[in-house]
Amino acid sequence: MSAREYRTVSSAQGSLLVVRQAPAVAFGDQVLIRDHRNQLRHGQVIRCSEAEALIQVFEGTGDLDLENTWVRFLDQPLEINLAPEILGRIFNGLGKPKDSRPPILSNVRRNVNGSAINPAARTYPREFIQTGISSIDGLNSLVRGQKLPIFSASGLPHNRLAAQIVRQARLVDEESSFSVVFAAMGVSYADARFFQEEFADSGVLGNVVMYINLADDPPVERLALPRVALTAAEYLAFDLDRHVLVVLTDMTNYAEALREVATAKGDVPSRKGYPGYLYSDLAELYERSGRIKDRHGSVTLVPVVTMPSDDITHPIPDLTGYITEGQIVLSRELHNQGIYPPVFISPSLSRLMKDGIGKEDTREDHPRVANQLYALYAKALETRNLAAIIGAEELSERDRRYLHFAEAFDSQFIGQGEDEDRSIIETLNLAWELLSMFPKDMLTRVSETDLARYHRSDK
Amino acid sequence: MSKSEKQGIIREINGPILTIRLPGIRNGEQVKIGQLGLFGEVIALQGETALVQSYESTEGVRPGEPVIGLGRPLSVELGPGLLGSIFDGVQRPLDKVLLASGDHIGRGIHLPALDRERLWHFVPEPASEIGSTLSPGQLIGRVQESAIIQHRILVPPDLSGELLELAPEGEYRLDDPIGQLKLSDGRSRKLKLYHEWPVRAPRPYRRRDHGLSPLITGQRILDTFFPLLKGGKSAVPGPFGAGKTVVQQQIARWSNADIVIYVGCGERGNELVDVLETFPQLQDPYSGHRLMERTLLVANTSNMPVVAREASIYVGITMAEYYRDQGYDVVLLADSTSRWAEALREVSGRLGQMPVEDGYPAYLASRLAAFYERAGRVETQGCGKGSVTLIGAVSPPGGDFSEPVTAHTKEIIQTFWALSKELADARHYPAIDWVGSFSEHVATAAQWWHKEISPDWQRRRGQALGLLARDAELARIVNLVGPEALSSAQRWELEGAALIKEGVLQQSALDPVDTFASPEKQFLLLEMMLTIYDRGAELIELGISVQELTDLPLMARARRAKQTYSSEQCDKIRALMEEFRQAFAKIRLEYAKFKEHTQ
Ligand SMILES: Nc1ncnc2c1ncn2[C@@H]1O[C@H](COP(=O)(O)OP(=O)(O)O)[C@@H](O)[C@H]1O
Ligand SMILES: [Mg+2]
Repeated sequence: MSAREYRTVSSAQGSLLVVRQAPAVAFGDQVLIRDHRNQLRHGQVIRCSEAEALIQVFEGTGDLDLENTWVRFLDQPLEINLAPEILGRIFNGLGKPKDSRPPILSNVRRNVNGSAINPAARTYPREFIQTGISSIDGLNSLVRGQKLPIFSASGLPHNRLAAQIVRQARLVDEESSFSVVFAAMGVSYADARFFQEEFADSGVLGNVVMYINLADDPPVERLALPRVALTAAEYLAFDLDRHVLVVLTDMTNYAEALREVATAKGDVPSRKGYPGYLYSDLAELYERSGRIKDRHGSVTLVPVVTMPSDDITHPIPDLTGYITEGQIVLSRELHNQGIYPPVFISPSLSRLMKDGIGKEDTREDHPRVANQLYALYAKALETRNLAAIIGAEELSERDRRYLHFAEAFDSQFIGQGEDEDRSIIETLNLAWELLSMFPKDMLTRVSETDLARYHRSDK
Repeated sequence: MSKSEKQGIIREINGPILTIRLPGIRNGEQVKIGQLGLFGEVIALQGETALVQSYESTEGVRPGEPVIGLGRPLSVELGPGLLGSIFDGVQRPLDKVLLASGDHIGRGIHLPALDRERLWHFVPEPASEIGSTLSPGQLIGRVQESAIIQHRILVPPDLSGELLELAPEGEYRLDDPIGQLKLSDGRSRKLKLYHEWPVRAPRPYRRRDHGLSPLITGQRILDTFFPLLKGGKSAVPGPFGAGKTVVQQQIARWSNADIVIYVGCGERGNELVDVLETFPQLQDPYSGHRLMERTLLVANTSNMPVVAREASIYVGITMAEYYRDQGYDVVLLADSTSRWAEALREVSGRLGQMPVEDGYPAYLASRLAAFYERAGRVETQGCGKGSVTLIGAVSPPGGDFSEPVTAHTKEIIQTFWALSKELADARHYPAIDWVGSFSEHVATAAQWWHKEISPDWQRRRGQALGLLARDAELARIVNLVGPEALSSAQRWELEGAALIKEGVLQQSALDPVDTFASPEKQFLLLEMMLTIYDRGAELIELGISVQELTDLPLMARARRAKQTYSSEQCDKIRALMEEFRQAFAKIRLEYAKFKEHTQ
């Protein structure tokens, strides 16, 4: 580390600072900035030439006086110290303690940017995680090492759902429970508090590490935060052999911070002013989840994305959906009907479900039951639309059956208590109760053996 | 540093784009960047200054560090040992990279694509006599590369001359000389089992040829409704989750190509792992051998550096052309071409080029066209006919098909498999929308179907599409005035369309039986559903109620036939069709009696 300070700042704007006559600093290096009040700020080199360096300042350049600003180049990328003691602690977006306890001492230091996992080193995620939530376990199952976001919108209970998943998530064949990495970007104090209390109440606090950047903390720090948190998650999973569940909330705040910096740098915008590299940037984060050959641990990722104006085609949910292995979509309509969790199954998907369910993992009928429920629900929604136009009394008896099914499905299968922890077998049995509203001949997506075994008409 | 290499220095680093000073460097030349020796390529020149794109993260690189020009453009190694491998976007072998740098990909790792230690059994071509003149691309010998693929060793496409030496049959490593040519300028040149080729230059062939036979994919909506010929180009556009990757992987699994090259371009790591873990176990339905024996993967996953993503597509297509030149039918799957286009956009943005549509540079359309133009069926230089079929996934932002990449691609390709979010949300898979999709190959494909399967193919296909169109019309009526407004015949049309949708179009990639359907099975299922519809329509005309027909227990069996009977059990489908004929005849008879009785 060089002790030399440079007082050659030539301009400051937004979160960016230009330093002239800097030494040959490396791209990505860390920078310490001392202002006229001797306060320290942190930065990172994002462009460098022989003549000058462009620095992104995590705390912003507000109130800087160019004459009285000193810059020190630390000659190293952003790294954090890691040790098992991070569990139970709270840090900021740069990995500095936020709980008035001492910094982590360790000789394990990791670059937070990581580098891509070699696809040849990965192993396909296949182990079912029981969340106790029927709409997820039954129809959009989560597996160890998956990245499965919650697409929500303002005012919907995504925090409660995320907390319920954290509380209830279980590895079916293993005693050990998850370690949790909780990464909050730009969240309100109340939301951060909610999670903290949740973790405390369920007694898991000692197994949780939190990285928190509140709504009134510096926005640029949000760019570093998920990288710091994921570095910790990788350490817990692949050095300490733990199964790690990472909650990233709210990715929308992250992407907005990215847009802010990109605009200041003059990057060419693509949709809605977000930079063209938003996809790659998000992928660098999301792809850090997974399973690795010959490693016991895993990183399972549950990002929360609030869709601006409830629009699923907005770049943030859109690009997220293109990267993640499915999505759990919450619906305002179900929420307004008082259904919790308001999971709208039609646009929801778990791409990794196929290998994590069935005979060996849950029950042999599971894949077909999910398929059949989806098909019936799609038909039921069509019928609902039709009933809205022509009136339910105009419907045939067969069509009315679909309406009844949709109601029962929404209220009994989707809807459940916030503390209700259903086993996968309970979920599947409940599914058969609903399927049995139809005669066997109409259930062509399940097998004849399934019908003989589970259809209620014979029982 | 060898004599063709030149050294300069780095002046500026802006993410993956660097400014360097290196007099005499050429545009397109490969460079080694900085102390770390990162891989890069010159993309623009201005006097002695050059702009370089780095295929690896430039974190930690400083101005003033050296940069070395390597004297050649980005090239791939072409020879035995490609099949069954997984390479990154610049053809580094990822299994070897794993050994070198562990679970995460390290930087500055330079490894040859092909294994130099492995011995190959080379059999010289008897026709290549010493003293004879060999032309470019001429066959000089063979190597059994995998259980099914015989690798044909060719004179490199840019060389010709008198054959001075040819090695006898035996075991050779890639770097062992297996022959010697005397070039026209008198110099002599050693031949090896492999050669290199610059990825941005299409490999030459003798002449273009017409596509003749359809690529059979075992997927009913593709083969029966929107066929693609071997050597054709097609696109699979769709929003996320609609099924682009599943369509491509199904084609990789079940198509009747000789070689499949799957390029994961800016997509998920786990999707490649899925292929890597399942293909070595799956059996090719045609050869009976393991699918991995004919497959090769190129992986630039979404979290790998963007610039290498741009290269990965060219790396893939060059390897495809190489097997085409050996006389094989090759399928190249690119998932997703949108990510490649975004990589172009990223670089052009950093170069300060003027964006035209959604930030894309003006040359997007021409680059896309030039890439797809590398598909085709050709008469090769020395191995008869070969083809490259190109199938690109397109990922339109927000699922909007009017965006530039989808719109330009649509102009170029011949077969368009449009995926729909509505169908996917209703779990109608494959979610290929029969209204928005098209194929310019129907007439040619029909010749094949008529000869191989049934002279009735094109008529039946047309009838099914007609029924689906009627279905959409009738659905509009129902939504206005309710189902009661429909006549019995119209309600039966809805049933007929539902049979086509459920019994023919929907095909689960996850069902062990339904995942693949032979052309014969495809046609029989179509024939069965239409026979049910036709015969039923006759009965309804006589006055029999729709309900009586839909209540037949046989109907559920028809819907389940696709997953009940495999492609080897076509006779069972015929038998079921016969049961229907008899059941309908019986209804007709009973109804006649009943009529007689009541009169
Ligand atoms: N033919 C099919 N059969 C069964 N499931 C399918 C089929 N096509 C798509 N799916 C389902 O849809 C999901 C998303 O498909 P995928 O190809 O990954 O979408 P995309 O690449 O367009 O984002 C898959 O994980 C699978 O669950
Ligand atoms: Mg995909």
